[in-house]
Amino acid sequence: MARTRKGEAPAEKVTDTGVNAFVGKEELLKFYQDMLLIRRFEERAGQLYGMGLIGGFCHLYIGQEAIAVGMQSISHKGDQIITGYRDHGHMLAAGMDPKEVMAELTGRAGGSSRGKGGSMHMFDIATGFYGGHGIVGAQVALGTGLALANHYQGNGNVSYAYFGDGAANQGQVYESFNMAQLWKLPVVYVIENNQYAMGTSVERSASETAFHKRGVSFRIPGEEVDGMDVVAVREAGARASEHARSGQGPYILEMKTYRYRGHSMSDPAKYRTKEEVDEVKTTRDPIDHIKERLAAAGVTEDDLKVVDGEVKRIVAEAAEFARTSPEPDPSELYTDVYLEAAE
Amino acid sequence: MTDILMPALSPTMEEGTLAKWLVKEGDTIKAGDVIAEIETDKATMEVEAVDEGVVEAILVPAGSENVKVNTIIAKLAGEDGASASAAPAAAPVVAEAAPAPVAAVPAPIAAASNFADPELPEGTPTKKITVRDALRDAMAEEMRRDDRVFLMGEEVAQYQGAYKVSRELLQEFGDKRVIDTPITEHGFAGMGVGAAMAGLKPIVEFMTWNFAMQAIDHIINSAAKTLYMSGGQIKSSIVFRGPNGAASRVGAQHSQDYAAWYGNIPGLKVIAPYDAADAKGLLKAAIRDPNPIVFLEHEMMYGHEFDIPDVEDYVVPIGKAKVRRQGTDVTLVAYSRMVGFALQAAEALAAEGISAEVVDLRTIRPMDHATILESVKKTNRLVTVEEGWGPMGVGSEIVARITEFGFDYLDAPPLRVHQEDVPLPYAANLEALSLPSVDKIVKAAKAVCYR
Repeated sequence: MARTRKGEAPAEKVTDTGVNAFVGKEELLKFYQDMLLIRRFEERAGQLYGMGLIGGFCHLYIGQEAIAVGMQSISHKGDQIITGYRDHGHMLAAGMDPKEVMAELTGRAGGSSRGKGGSMHMFDIATGFYGGHGIVGAQVALGTGLALANHYQGNGNVSYAYFGDGAANQGQVYESFNMAQLWKLPVVYVIENNQYAMGTSVERSASETAFHKRGVSFRIPGEEVDGMDVVAVREAGARASEHARSGQGPYILEMKTYRYRGHSMSDPAKYRTKEEVDEVKTTRDPIDHIKERLAAAGVTEDDLKVVDGEVKRIVAEAAEFARTSPEPDPSELYTDVYLEAAE
Repeated sequence: MTDILMPALSPTMEEGTLAKWLVKEGDTIKAGDVIAEIETDKATMEVEAVDEGVVEAILVPAGSENVKVNTIIAKLAGEDGASASAAPAAAPVVAEAAPAPVAAVPAPIAAASNFADPELPEGTPTKKITVRDALRDAMAEEMRRDDRVFLMGEEVAQYQGAYKVSRELLQEFGDKRVIDTPITEHGFAGMGVGAAMAGLKPIVEFMTWNFAMQAIDHIINSAAKTLYMSGGQIKSSIVFRGPNGAASRVGAQHSQDYAAWYGNIPGLKVIAPYDAADAKGLLKAAIRDPNPIVFLEHEMMYGHEFDIPDVEDYVVPIGKAKVRRQGTDVTLVAYSRMVGFALQAAEALAAEGISAEVVDLRTIRPMDHATILESVKKTNRLVTVEEGWGPMGVGSEIVARITEFGFDYLDAPPLRVHQEDVPLPYAANLEALSLPSVDKIVKAAKAVCYR
């Protein structure tokens, strides 16, 4: 298993294990496209924020793309995804329309929450995306509740609850762990350890920085994964998903990753050095990594350029839609507070 | 000679059944021996002797019902045959024994359970039922009706409910639908909301609403706001329920009324019934409602019996207040247990020639201020009654609305009766001073009538 620490290259590459054999060229190419879409989308969101078109909080996923994409590749139709506020990547990976996601960022009527949610609050039942939650750690209890519903209905679905190294210190995470294992609920906890809870490094906030061990006292298995390697993510995700789906209860995946940008748009990220960031970008970048795999699989630069062009077009279209979609009608102010009691 | 007294076995126990004597006259007992079994409305408890001696006389035979706390149930002769002085009561096995409540608590007025909602025809048959069983029946009926409905909370299943509200639900519905949780309010409230987002209809019981402060983030941020934040996509059809407000002598941390807190939140509906009919009819409506509901019960009301319409599928609409007593001189608005206090006050006022109208709010949010306003148009005077604190309270909201919509109808500034602005004290006398009382309501009503 790949083991990494902040800024270090994995001690052993998953490519050496041969387990990626089941990931074919076509699938690698799709991973590349999905990851690139997230990166270009987020870069554009950053631009739109700078232009004043996006307001409030905006947390970019750049650097962590391999996790959402790798995990999505093993999820079944009917499975649920839930995460915190750094959620754009998960929504795009789940298959939500980039136009609607971007228009929600700009607070427009065409947004997925009709402009009433914003960056942190988007949902899409069709793709199994249950938010988009702004309170650190809340998604863990909610995601465990989605798993409770799966268990109750016996539908064979798995809930994937994503949270960060910061949320991993919240009490309700452990309340959820306890009940999930007690009742053998089908939930996979994906801890995206990007090394910083806003400005506080894991070393300064966690008495045990190996987050995959956080389930030990609840008898929940966990493993550490190179979250910068989409194939490693997929492989671990398949194990975790199988464990949960087969009725053995929850599973913890600690994804070692890194966010390139600040915590949110307003964070200058003075708590880490430029050298640290640059080293990760140059040695562990998830998109560079998959490019190496693609080259080894015989994909040419020209093939990639076709994908790049397609991604560019999708993002441009999303940005244009988000810029031109009208603001919500004032009549929307009082809609969606209550549902009519007509059941 | 030592008297053995009927012990109080819970904070709210006033009487119980002496189910069984485990000793007989002439037996020699020592401290710690189990001498009797006593049934409360919640449980059967064993009573241990505190002193040693010979059981000289059993004064209350086994099987006696409604034995008041502190009744002499037996006499014990000392080892030497005749000690005269000490008279300690027997000690219940549980440590939480409390003396009988000192505060003068008005009994609910039977006539107050005039359930006659307009839609029920005259002559609808009735039956007597406790508030506790009315709540249980509401859950059972809705669980039979809709298999998406399930109950989760602490001690709801095997223990049959900390206050026995979920009695026998486990036996009927099994442990898949009646789920004992660990003591983990934040976690299981969040899981309940998650399950609701996935389309189920959970009933989440809090052993008391005081413990729900651990879970308030999920009630507000996750349940109440998500429909709006998702542009109408994600609903949370969930009922959070449990006892609210002050029980008896349980101190500040277990005695808070949360009506105003949750009443402040758009996206929530907040219900606080008074009698058994409303407890049942409104809980059934709450479970069917597609929105998140905060259902505030009252521990002091659980054991009270009321008439309830003996009809199939009795559902009371959410959001409608009810005039429980007609009057012409002053409007008293109350909810939950305070409705009984207001009705008692109206009786007292009648004796002094003041005709009080009593409006039972029933639903805190949405608030039916139209019914209050109609009453004030008639009486021109308003007193609000709530168990919670005054500032930013339910009474404040009522007064604001009536001032806004009915200013010209008021002949006197409205008054609010509420808990004194202190954490609820433990001492019996201070507790009584702090809580609203019939006397305080009467005084306020007379004040707004300039009497």
